[in-house]
Amino acid sequence: MTSNKQTSLIIILCIVLLLVLMVLNLTLGSINIPLHEFKAIFLGSDTANTVYSNIVFKTRLPQTIVSIGAGMALGISGLLMQTLFRNPLAGPSILGISSGSSLGVAFAMLFTGNILGLSFTNMGAWGDFGAIVSSLLGAAAVMFLIMFISNHIGGTLSVLIIGVMIGYLSSSLVSLLKYYSPEEDVHNYVIWGLGSFSRMAPAHAWIFFMVTVVLSFSSIFLNKPLNLLALGDRYAANLGLKIKSARLAIIAWSGILVAIVTSFCGPIIFIGVAVPHLAKLLSKTSNHLLLVINTCLIGGATTLLCNLMARLPGVENELPINSVTAFIGAPVVIWVIWNRRKTNR
Amino acid sequence: MKQSILHINELSIGYKRKNGHLHVCDHLNAEIGSGELICLLGENGSGKSTLIRTLSGFQLAISGEGTILGKNLFSIKEKEMALLTAVVLTDRIDVPNATVEELVSLGRSPFTNLMGRLSKNDKKVVAESIEKCGIKHKANEQLSNLSDGEKQKVFIAKALAQDTPLIILDEPTAFLDLPARVEIIQLLREIAMTSSKSILMSTHDLDLAIQMADKLWLLPKGGPLITGTPEDLLLQNAFEKLFVERGVEFDNKTGLFKVKHKHDRELAVKGHGFEYVLLRRAFARRGIKLTQANDQKDIWLEIPQKGNAHFNLHKEGKMVASETTVEKIVEHTLTYLN
Repeated sequence: MTSNKQTSLIIILCIVLLLVLMVLNLTLGSINIPLHEFKAIFLGSDTANTVYSNIVFKTRLPQTIVSIGAGMALGISGLLMQTLFRNPLAGPSILGISSGSSLGVAFAMLFTGNILGLSFTNMGAWGDFGAIVSSLLGAAAVMFLIMFISNHIGGTLSVLIIGVMIGYLSSSLVSLLKYYSPEEDVHNYVIWGLGSFSRMAPAHAWIFFMVTVVLSFSSIFLNKPLNLLALGDRYAANLGLKIKSARLAIIAWSGILVAIVTSFCGPIIFIGVAVPHLAKLLSKTSNHLLLVINTCLIGGATTLLCNLMARLPGVENELPINSVTAFIGAPVVIWVIWNRRKTNR
Repeated sequence: MKQSILHINELSIGYKRKNGHLHVCDHLNAEIGSGELICLLGENGSGKSTLIRTLSGFQLAISGEGTILGKNLFSIKEKEMALLTAVVLTDRIDVPNATVEELVSLGRSPFTNLMGRLSKNDKKVVAESIEKCGIKHKANEQLSNLSDGEKQKVFIAKALAQDTPLIILDEPTAFLDLPARVEIIQLLREIAMTSSKSILMSTHDLDLAIQMADKLWLLPKGGPLITGTPEDLLLQNAFEKLFVERGVEFDNKTGLFKVKHKHDRELAVKGHGFEYVLLRRAFARRGIKLTQANDQKDIWLEIPQKGNAHFNLHKEGKMVASETTVEKIVEHTLTYLN
């Protein structure tokens, strides 16, 4: 254990980083808001510019909090998977969990339109709920499949390849569904599939934020089973852990986190696999109590940074969020593989 | 009479298959008393690991009884088992970023609350376990920076921190060099003596086991177990049965295994002492058995003086070579023999 002082210093630094990135996200963009205006808006002063105020509260604030929530949730689900599968390259997008989730959403969005003659997009809250549930089912199904495979075949690489194959399989199923679906639903699905943090209205965004932040931070209650599972099943069982129920809880938890993010923001790639490594880099510990907190903070900061880069301050157009997350996430994955090569020798 | 910690009676171990059971060993009977260091010996594939796994509660027995402190080994709950038995496995575990202290602290998990918070007492036990295993100077090191022997000590410290009456180790000395093996067994010996914990370990290091264990369990293929103190087992000639078909001879006097050399030729030697023993070994490797030179032969060797490295080679009544090293005399002898 690193000293307690060092640990708290790291956490405080992460919080400061998160706050700074929040302010940057709220002020920078196609229109840059000067800091004194920003101050005026937040202090509710009468001199505040209403245009600026609208930009901050109606577009940028929802986007910012959704980014934070999504980053935390994806980072945590990546951390849980990496420990559960004892595989440093595990993560929602890489192992095909996001694809499973997307397939679930596609099924809900496109299939209902096709068979039941309902347009999913017009169903409102029930539609959202349906999307979450089907997305969760999809994510969980793939996770159990991966669990089964990693128990029977094992090996970091083979599980990875199978995850990629599951991804291809589900996207081919999705295109099949698209082919038979009404145009309106297909269009919605395609837009959803690009991934975005800016699709939610302020009220929805706040709910999303609260739910993801609370669920992400509550994984500190899983820290003991996670610490034990990192030792392998036998040692964990010998230390009194009920392996099956612990596994189930961890799969369910990370499945729920991926499903919520995926159904509202679309499949966001690379955040889940990259963030836990950044968190592990910060404090050299295997204690998941600390890792969960670090991952939450770094996760939020990473997606904020991605969001900022996607908006390209001063430029009119916005980049698709996934191209930016890949830009940050892929080097981290390469770095992990590179390090493994060195230590395995 | 020592308190009985673990007791097995007519145990059959093995695996479930689609068509019934695959029996690995049958009729296993044994007992572990408190504070005993027990070494389980047997050749590869004899079922050592299966027995270790069964006694650790990782798999069920096919039939028979097993009790640990009076409780049924096969219906006990995980939580209760965690308080009775700690294990050290052969699996080489790589926990990324874990420090020695963090890993040993996990041994306290059965005692901590939901959040895994260590109490003052937990921390004390962890520190004591680390110190006992002689890795205090490494307590804040990353596990990945440690040598194999040190890593093994970390896992033993973890088992010690679990504070159970019984510790089971599956081949803790495999992969280690000789000094590290001795060190690990000495450590276990000390733990058994000073903290009155019982220790059961499987191993291939027969000579170390004979010297250090209170009792040995010998497991021939298929069972049953032969148990007893090393000395009694030596008296009963029990080791011969263990590896009898594998070209290994057991020397009861030294307690060591000898390689059984095949020989097709003989050579007469006059003399005795340590020099004779060494000559016998050197020629045994080349398939030549030494005999005492009572009557005159064509070719014979002579050790003129006991305790003096000097060898003479005689052929047809003449001395043809005189050397002071075994290497040279063997060389000469072989050229004359061929």
